[in-house]
Formats: sequence, structure tokens, C-alpha cells
Amino acid sequence: MTEISEVSRNTKLMIDGAPFVVEDVNFVKPGKGRAIYRLRLRNLFDGMAREITYHSGDRVEEVSVTSHEMQYLYEESGNYVFMDTETFEQHPMNKKQIGPKAVFLKEGCMVTILIMHGRIIDINLPKFVELAVTESAYTTKTDTVTAQQKMVTLETGATVGVPPFVKEGDIIKVDTRTGTYVERTGTKK
Amino acid sequence: MAQAESQRLTQIKTNLERRALIHDSIRAFFRNEGFLEVDTPLLVPTVAPELYIAPFRADGWFLSTSPEMHMKRLLAGGYGNMFQICHCFRKDERGRLHNPEFTMLEWYRLDADYTQIVQDTERLILHVAASLGLGSTIRYHNNEIDLAPPWPRITVSQAFLDSAGWDPVSHPDTERFDIDLVDRVIPTFPLNRPSVLLDYPAANASMARLKVKDPLVAERAEVFIGGLELANAYSELTDTAELVQRFQSEIERLRADGGQSIPMPHTFLEATASLPACGGIALGVDRLVMLFCDAASIDEVMAFPRDLA
Repeated sequence: MTEISEVSRNTKLMIDGAPFVVEDVNFVKPGKGRAIYRLRLRNLFDGMAREITYHSGDRVEEVSVTSHEMQYLYEESGNYVFMDTETFEQHPMNKKQIGPKAVFLKEGCMVTILIMHGRIIDINLPKFVELAVTESAYTTKTDTVTAQQKMVTLETGATVGVPPFVKEGDIIKVDTRTGTYVERTGTKK
Repeated sequence: MAQAESQRLTQIKTNLERRALIHDSIRAFFRNEGFLEVDTPLLVPTVAPELYIAPFRADGWFLSTSPEMHMKRLLAGGYGNMFQICHCFRKDERGRLHNPEFTMLEWYRLDADYTQIVQDTERLILHVAASLGLGSTIRYHNNEIDLAPPWPRITVSQAFLDSAGWDPVSHPDTERFDIDLVDRVIPTFPLNRPSVLLDYPAANASMARLKVKDPLVAERAEVFIGGLELANAYSELTDTAELVQRFQSEIERLRADGGQSIPMPHTFLEATASLPACGGIALGVDRLVMLFCDAASIDEVMAFPRDLA
């Protein structure tokens, strides 16, 4: 356990079973009184912000979370291979570790991988990725999300709702946090 | 010189020049009052035991957390009214208003109580403002602050009843006290006038004497200006037996809290047998400079705060 007085910006803490990064420490102390630490934290799993107030003498659980910039190379029989761009070491990860984000991984793209106690706890994709539409065959009523949307399949296997004018071969920008269409940015040559 | 450092030092140069004027002005004020400037050690064999003030340890010694005990030894030795501007060290205190090494102004006046010390403070601050070419109104954080004395005084009981809905004097609760003071009471102080908070619960007396007519209350006052806690005044406790008792209880709390052991300050306690009746105060010079420089952070008024030292 760590004394709250030793916590500073970028310290990683385990709170209620989830890892948090400290984004700001507001230290307040009456001259003769107890110090108050108001922490602004961000959950490393879901990115949600949280504020917690601690007092001098409180103890917190520090965790060592390291972040690594890695490049996604390729997928082979359910294993996704990443390369640490600093050490050039290759790290395979299975689909379960990556979770639903796997459908937005395009070969060559850069991701941030968070490792805690030697285990991958999260993969941060770029907020937006540009992917080609490989299949836009769905035009039946049942596949229509709304009157203005239809579903398409992208080169990575993801399916997203897009406006009717998007066609096979188009490049579209997708928000990886929500999995939604942002705009059409071009057409594949 | 790294570019970031040279840029920062250029940015705060006016503040540091103003700081030098403020130090001069403080010295001139006290010389004019006939006070002796003293110089007590920073490397000390022990510190006053206080639960929420953590000292740095240095090779079996301590870095001084306050000049109080040494100045009182001088008072006990027959030295009269005195002041000192010195550095103090308090571990783990780092924030917008805190640096672990900071500058304290401390003064003692014989035969004075805490109310007279607050009056000294009013006159001192006005004197500093005047020597900077300012009138009795200064501007801090977009607020005009009227420094004209007397500054509004409010008792701790009244302030807590008004803002927090309970009275810490009749119902002492030291933990809740600190939290409500910061979260509820201080934020309600007017920003256009200094505030003097006085008559603390006996449990928060520290080295202040209790009121003879009301021993639930300590003769202690704190001065707030522009939201900054600036100074802490006492009618000084001169009763050796009571000081021993307070130190003992604090040493025990420290031991129970985190196993910290602070040696009993015997030399100081022996001296208190001859400590004359007096009032005293500790004023944070860095915060005073912040006030007169309209600075948002203590880092803007010191050349090398901890992280850049």
C-alpha cells in the first residue's frame, strides 16, 4: 500500500478492482490541520473520469501499468501479432484479450497497449480509423437500420451503419469508441 | 541554461523583485516598532510534535518546521519583542499554495494577546501595501480587496454554525473540523475583505493559551485574505506543565498514527519556566507575496520550487 502523500500525476491506482491513472492532485491543507487530496482520475478500462477525496494518512493501492506503442502486423489463426516499435519485439494476442476492438484493427495501424503485472489490460485504438467498404450488398428492408442507414462490412470484418450513398470500395472514417460511421473520405483505387 | 528555465525566470522576475521589496518593507516595519531581528537554526535536534506537520529528517537531526521554540527560548532569555524571516520545512506539503520549503515571518510581542497580534498584522499589511505604492485597496484574482482595518472578525463557533451547521467548540470533532473548514467555512469568506477567524476549539489550541473564562476556547486567530490562509496567531501558552501535557498527547497520537517518533523538546520546555506573557504569529511570506503579485500559484513567487530546485 502507498501513502496518499506519495501519489502524484500519472500514478496508477487500483480502485474497486479497476486500474485508474491520476490526472490531477489538488492538495489543500489548513495550517495545523489534516491535508486533503482531491484526485481527478481516469479509469484505464473504460476511460471514465472520476473524482475521489483522500485525507493525509490514507493508503491507496498502487499498480504498475506500463503503456507501449505497438504496431499491429497481422492476424494468424486467431492470434493477432503486434510489434513494440521501441524494442521490435513481437507480441501475439488472442482475440479474447483484444475483445470487440479487434474488428477495427487494420494491418500497420498503431495502438497503445497497457500492461499490468505482465498482463495486457487494455488496447487503445486511434480514436478514428479509415477503412475500406468491402461489402455493401445488404439492401433488404430487414438489414436497414433506419430509413437513412444501411449496414456495410469493412475490410477488417467490422459491420457499421452508413448512409445509403456509401458503396463498395469507398473509404470511410469510423469512430472506434462508438463503432459508428463519421464520414466518407475517399474511394479505393 | 535550458530554455524552459530561462523563460520561467524571466516571467517571474517582476514577482521576485517585488518579493525583495516586501522583505525590505517587513524589516522596516519591525525595526520601526523596535523589534529585534533574530536568526535561529534550521538544523535542529527536535521539532514541536504536531500530528499533521511532518518534519524532514537529516542525519539524526531535523529540518526546522517552525522557528517558534527557538524564538521562545530567546524570549525566555530576556530578549524582548522580536521577529524573524526564515525558511521552514514540512514534508509532503506540495500544491498550489504549498512548497515543502517555504518562508515564514514570525514575530512575538511581550504582554500582548492574540487580538493585539491581529492588529499588528493589519498595520503590517497596510504598511507593505503602502511601500509598494498601493493604497488600502488591492486587486487579487479579479477581486478588489479592501484592506482598511479593522478587518471583520468571526469566531470559529459562529462561522461553523453559519456555514456548516454545527459548533466545534461545544461539540469537538477534530476530523470533521478540518474537512468542513476547508470545504464549507473558508469558501464563504468574503473575497473583498480580509477575514479573521478566532477562538478555536481547545482541541485545536496547539501552543495557544485557553481562555480563562471559557476553557473550551483557545486564544488563537487565523487571518485569511483573498481565500489565502495567511497567518496564525496565539496568545502564547506559558504554562510548562500544560505544554508538556499537550506535547505528550501529540507524541502519542503520532506514534499511534504511523509510528513516527519525535523526541520531547526538553530544552524548550525547561526554558518556558521563564517565558514571559506574549502573543505571537506565523505568517506565510510566500502567500503574502502571492497576494501582492496577484499570483495564482506559490511557484510564481519562488525562484526554484521543489520540482524545479
